[in-house]
Amino acid sequence: MSAVATLTNTARLKAHLQRRERWRWWEIAFWLAILAAVFAIPSRAGLINEILIAGLFALSLDLILGLTGIVSLGHAAFFGLGAYSAAILSSAGLADPTLGLVISALIAAALGLATAPLLLRGSDLTRLMVTMGIALMLGELANRNSWITGGADGLNISMAPVLGLFPIGFTGQRNAALYSLAVLFLLFLMARRLAQSPFGLSLSAVRENKLRAGALGISTSRRIIAIYAVSAAYAGVAGALLAQTTQIVSLDLFDFHRSADVMLMLIIGGAGYLYGGIIGAAIFIVMKDVISGATPEYWEFWIGALLVALVLIGRERISMHVRRTLGRLISGRSS
Amino acid sequence: MLTILLDGIAYGMLLFVLSCGLSVTLGLMNFINLAHGAFAMVGGYVTALLMNRAGVPFLVTLPLAFLAPALIGIVLERTLYRRLYGASPLDQVLFTIGLVFMAMPAANYLLGDQPQQVHLPAWLSGRIEFHGVGIGVYRLFIIGVCGAIAAALQIFLVRTRFGARLRASVDDARVASGVGINVDFLFAITFAVGSGLAGLGGALAADVVGGIDPSFPLKFMVTFLIVVTIGGSNGILGALVGSLLLGILDVAGKYYVPSLGAFIIYFVMVVTLILRPQGLFARGDGR
Repeated sequence: MSAVATLTNTARLKAHLQRRERWRWWEIAFWLAILAAVFAIPSRAGLINEILIAGLFALSLDLILGLTGIVSLGHAAFFGLGAYSAAILSSAGLADPTLGLVISALIAAALGLATAPLLLRGSDLTRLMVTMGIALMLGELANRNSWITGGADGLNISMAPVLGLFPIGFTGQRNAALYSLAVLFLLFLMARRLAQSPFGLSLSAVRENKLRAGALGISTSRRIIAIYAVSAAYAGVAGALLAQTTQIVSLDLFDFHRSADVMLMLIIGGAGYLYGGIIGAAIFIVMKDVISGATPEYWEFWIGALLVALVLIGRERISMHVRRTLGRLISGRSS
Repeated sequence: MLTILLDGIAYGMLLFVLSCGLSVTLGLMNFINLAHGAFAMVGGYVTALLMNRAGVPFLVTLPLAFLAPALIGIVLERTLYRRLYGASPLDQVLFTIGLVFMAMPAANYLLGDQPQQVHLPAWLSGRIEFHGVGIGVYRLFIIGVCGAIAAALQIFLVRTRFGARLRASVDDARVASGVGINVDFLFAITFAVGSGLAGLGGALAADVVGGIDPSFPLKFMVTFLIVVTIGGSNGILGALVGSLLLGILDVAGKYYVPSLGAFIIYFVMVVTLILRPQGLFARGDGR
């Protein structure tokens, strides 16, 4: 009897996991739309590139905040570290972009691995402060070690063409956007796979109730450290992409407002379903572009107003609405 | 050597007045108010504008620099902040960062992005020599004023009925309201006093930090937060020790090892949080 029950449960679980894994039509449309945008409006390829990179950065935050429930106000630490790693690698003579990305990701992941144990103790407030402190410390280190980072002047770098074929940078802005899109898509696929794996499910368990997850036999500390390192690697790749495609790095990469902005993007787009970061980044950057075109100094005001409104109305309520509308759109096919 | 110590103490005292309001809101209401620096900015602006445009003497502007942000604080508390008391830390952080983002361009729009200078009266500028130790008169003034404020706050909290109610609410808001303490009212008043003190601190700090400009709330937000996290949320004592530690370390660090810069204070904060996640002076239950 119980064996049969277990069997049917396993089957149901399997079916559930497979259902989660299936690609929805709007997901495919989403990626095709981005690809089309790069070709349709080549004059704004620079802006699209910026959105894609910010989207990747926000995706990296979504892995820890949306998936696992770990707050961070210092994700710029990994973004900046990745950017500087890529820049220093290229000025040291290693001009191949893809290799630069991989090495930057590994360096950022190493920092994530080293600092993750600090997040295991204390409250959310402690985590916010520790992550912020680490980002500020790195910024200050970059500022003081100008022999390698260029200090306040930053670094100008030049990259070889991607895969030896496609030149990126100011002359090849569309190539740069396509390069970022390819990297973003690849990493997104991996994140999607990760979120739907048993590992990803266990992260959700940690987010919902750490104590209970522990009682179920999930080693919460290890899961948190692992996902934090992955998230750091993602942020490092985003930073490295920015450095490679804009061919400049500067100290403001470590700034507090970077960490705050990426959080805003994720919140605007909605955390926890992986697309939120990219959508939020698009809204945020287009909004910034439009408003600062009209009133260059005051665009922050409207971002602030949006945030206040978001919190007062209730983030949960908004994302619930979005999910319900999406659900209605999809329901005809998958449920 | 002693000069540096005194400078550090003066800076620390300044930090204390600036951040003790934050420490109280954090400890009392478990509310992370990142917009605290905006209240300090209001106070700084009040003093600078009254002195520069209306010619009001420095000392007269100080009470106003307290009252203006206190009033704004009580209005905001009643209309917006109180809705978020039970919200998650993330919501509170987002909400108050939103307020900061609104306050900075608003100040820029109204007053321009140039720093507003506070010109100290003659009797507060200059230096005096005392047994071979030189110290700025204004530094001494700051130590005196802020020390008096710290003492007054401590006495107020420990000796008065209001203080006792406040401490009761800190320990357990539900039971406190159960025995007839008007916790809502206490929160509002405390929030207003905290905001007012931030404003006073902003006014006093204007000269030290080279004028008040619209980026003030963000520039000093990090410093306030470090003070509060190092000190822990246990009210006055934690904030005082945290500020003094930070002030002395910062001034001494900049003097002896300028190559490290602000690295020292961030390092101290992270190490403190690793050793004591709730800060140096946490309440017993570590809430």
